Amino acid sequence: MFDGLSNRLGVIFDRLKGRGALNEGDVNEAMREIRIALLEADVALPVVKQVIQDIKEKAVGQEVLKSITPGQMVVKIVNDHLIQLLGGEASPINLNAPAPVVMMVVGLQGSGKTTSVAKLAKYLAQKERKKVLMASVDVYRPAAQEQLEILAQQNSLLSLPIVADQKPVDIVRRAYDQAKKSAVDVLIIDTAGRLHIDEQLMNELKAIYASMPITEVLLVADAMTGQDAVTMAKAFDECIELTGVILTRVDGDARGGAALSMKVVTGRPIKFVGLGEKVDQLDVFHPDRIVSRILGMGDVVSLVEKAAEMIDQEEAEQLAKKMSKGQFDLNDLAKQLQQVSKMGGLSGLINFLPGISKFQDKIKESGIDDRMVARQLALIRSMTPQERRNPKLLNASRKRRIASGAGMLVQDLNRLLKQFQDMATLMKKMGGMGKGKGFLKNGLNNLLFR
Amino acid sequence: MSEKKGWFSKITSGLKKSTDKLSHGIGAIFTKKKLDNETLSDLEDLLITCDIGVEVTGKILASLKKTRFGEDVTDQEIKEFLASDIVKIMEPYEQEIHIESGITNVIPIIGVNGSGKTTTISKLAQLWRDQGLTLSLVAGDTFRAAAVSQLKIWGDRLGIEVVSGEENADTAALAFEALQNAQKKHVDILLIDTAGRLHNRADLMAELDKTQRALQKLDPAAPHQCIMILDATTGQNLYAQVETFKKYINVSGFIMTKLDGTAKGGVLIGLVDHFKLPVFAIGVGEKAEDLKMFNANEFAATLLGLASDDGTS
Repeated sequence: MFDGLSNRLGVIFDRLKGRGALNEGDVNEAMREIRIALLEADVALPVVKQVIQDIKEKAVGQEVLKSITPGQMVVKIVNDHLIQLLGGEASPINLNAPAPVVMMVVGLQGSGKTTSVAKLAKYLAQKERKKVLMASVDVYRPAAQEQLEILAQQNSLLSLPIVADQKPVDIVRRAYDQAKKSAVDVLIIDTAGRLHIDEQLMNELKAIYASMPITEVLLVADAMTGQDAVTMAKAFDECIELTGVILTRVDGDARGGAALSMKVVTGRPIKFVGLGEKVDQLDVFHPDRIVSRILGMGDVVSLVEKAAEMIDQEEAEQLAKKMSKGQFDLNDLAKQLQQVSKMGGLSGLINFLPGISKFQDKIKESGIDDRMVARQLALIRSMTPQERRNPKLLNASRKRRIASGAGMLVQDLNRLLKQFQDMATLMKKMGGMGKGKGFLKNGLNNLLFR
Repeated sequence: MSEKKGWFSKITSGLKKSTDKLSHGIGAIFTKKKLDNETLSDLEDLLITCDIGVEVTGKILASLKKTRFGEDVTDQEIKEFLASDIVKIMEPYEQEIHIESGITNVIPIIGVNGSGKTTTISKLAQLWRDQGLTLSLVAGDTFRAAAVSQLKIWGDRLGIEVVSGEENADTAALAFEALQNAQKKHVDILLIDTAGRLHNRADLMAELDKTQRALQKLDPAAPHQCIMILDATTGQNLYAQVETFKKYINVSGFIMTKLDGTAKGGVLIGLVDHFKLPVFAIGVGEKAEDLKMFNANEFAATLLGLASDDGTS
């Protein structure tokens, strides 16, 4: 809907072309579009207002109208400004304290704290070579402590043995003692989810916070959070001084405006993003990526990373070799189709692409959907290995057999074969082109900042 | 948390926290002002901070502008006007969860991770158990660590059977078996807990479709009610969530959780209007009695700070 931000701005500025000076009214109209775009991305209103104020000054100063594409020029100004607001660079985790370094994770119910604790532990164990102990003080939600224990077992991490009916402050004390005794480098405390207006539970947090020196206090917040992000983040920050934020469910398709809201209101950096339910799906925060999403410009970098994660490197190289030699066969196509569905299907991938939402209706009309991928796979799977390696074998009777085996018509199979032929031809042509990464990178730049 | 409170004052106090800002804001805007463009724009801001969304806010304000523009209006008048508009949109979608007698009602509870599915199940289970209905719970979240234990603990507390399978078991198969047994035992309601899933994970969404198809083999009318849990702290992404879930399973209505915080849940207004789906209940706390039937009048009134505090309705 609002990925048309640069389009809509374009329309406004187009109208003004040939008029020369940009008057206050024109700027205001453009700012209104930006305001709507930001609000629809769930950026909190006070933050939107501040951003608009700043951008207005910048935009007016920069003779936007002289640019060939003033709409995009303004989008670039907004883009750069938001990145700057989010801190520009990634903000590292602080391990600069005598061992055991204590970290505490807080947040609302259901924000993803326990999963994030396990992810953080895994991250510190793997990337920083630290011995990490996790302890859950969530004595309220049924089986919360057990959840952390299971995550520890599944991922060869350490968790504090559960003692029934112990109070949070006592559990923390016990965890700290054990951490010292067994030479643990980092102790991560998982707290119960709580509402920031629940005085009793907020006092409990304060008590835990006061009971020992804590180096990192991380707020876990859902990337899908709406306008309430500011109230919530402020309340937690005022209760116990936060040192950073872990933004979860960034693998969803929310625009993630909450990230901007929380950073601007508390000044605390976003340190990590959660990208899935698996324990290794934690990544350091990159402001530019979230900004692209907030502005609806897609998130090509994350898409490429997602692809890289799902696709077996060796397999990919083999495939590339085959492709450049023109030996791409139906087995390879099947593999590709499988990867597409692994990465969330066509509909999942499409969400990451810049400018795509404009075409979403068209895509729907054309009947491209995830079932299509499944059907094509079914067709390929109905072929014999020889046929997959050499589609030329397919005569009319073989085709009939395959089509009925997949529960489809011969026309469907012909369409698939035609598509495969086109792909193979295209790949032969592309064989001479440079490495994939450079291509994608340039592609991204071309798309964003033409 | 105070213990004994009338249900209305509880919902009022729950929702009130979320509406203080809005009602104060409107108070501040309208005590002495004429309804002009500037005031309308401030009003728009206030509605937006309730997560009502730009488009729906525009719609609500359009009729205000049309009828009252330029007039001198009081705080109360504006509130009543807006409330009546919101009620007009939402009232058709107040609905109870219909339980058919004589059959096993299959009710899957779906939603994204952390929206409050398991907690809501425990509340619904208690509610129905207290009405004398027989229940069986299915621990269909075979993915998240300790999710099965979480539901089992609830089952023990409530004295309700919980059907569970192996870790990472197939939810569809588990649900199928559970329904088979429930039908044999003439259980009234089969409540199915499902794993939280982000709607853009096509593989996990397909699993919902599969579960639905498996259940339909035993009862073509299943699921009789499929309840989607919405987290009130979520913003405009709820549109995308509902849109996608609907594609894979027959969503019959919503329960919005976490309305006892400061999140306003205003997005619900646009959601019911857009998807034409009812709201069965709202969650305003962790206890079973904190699950309230949805009432458009109260929702609008509390959102705008119109509700009375005397506990009568």
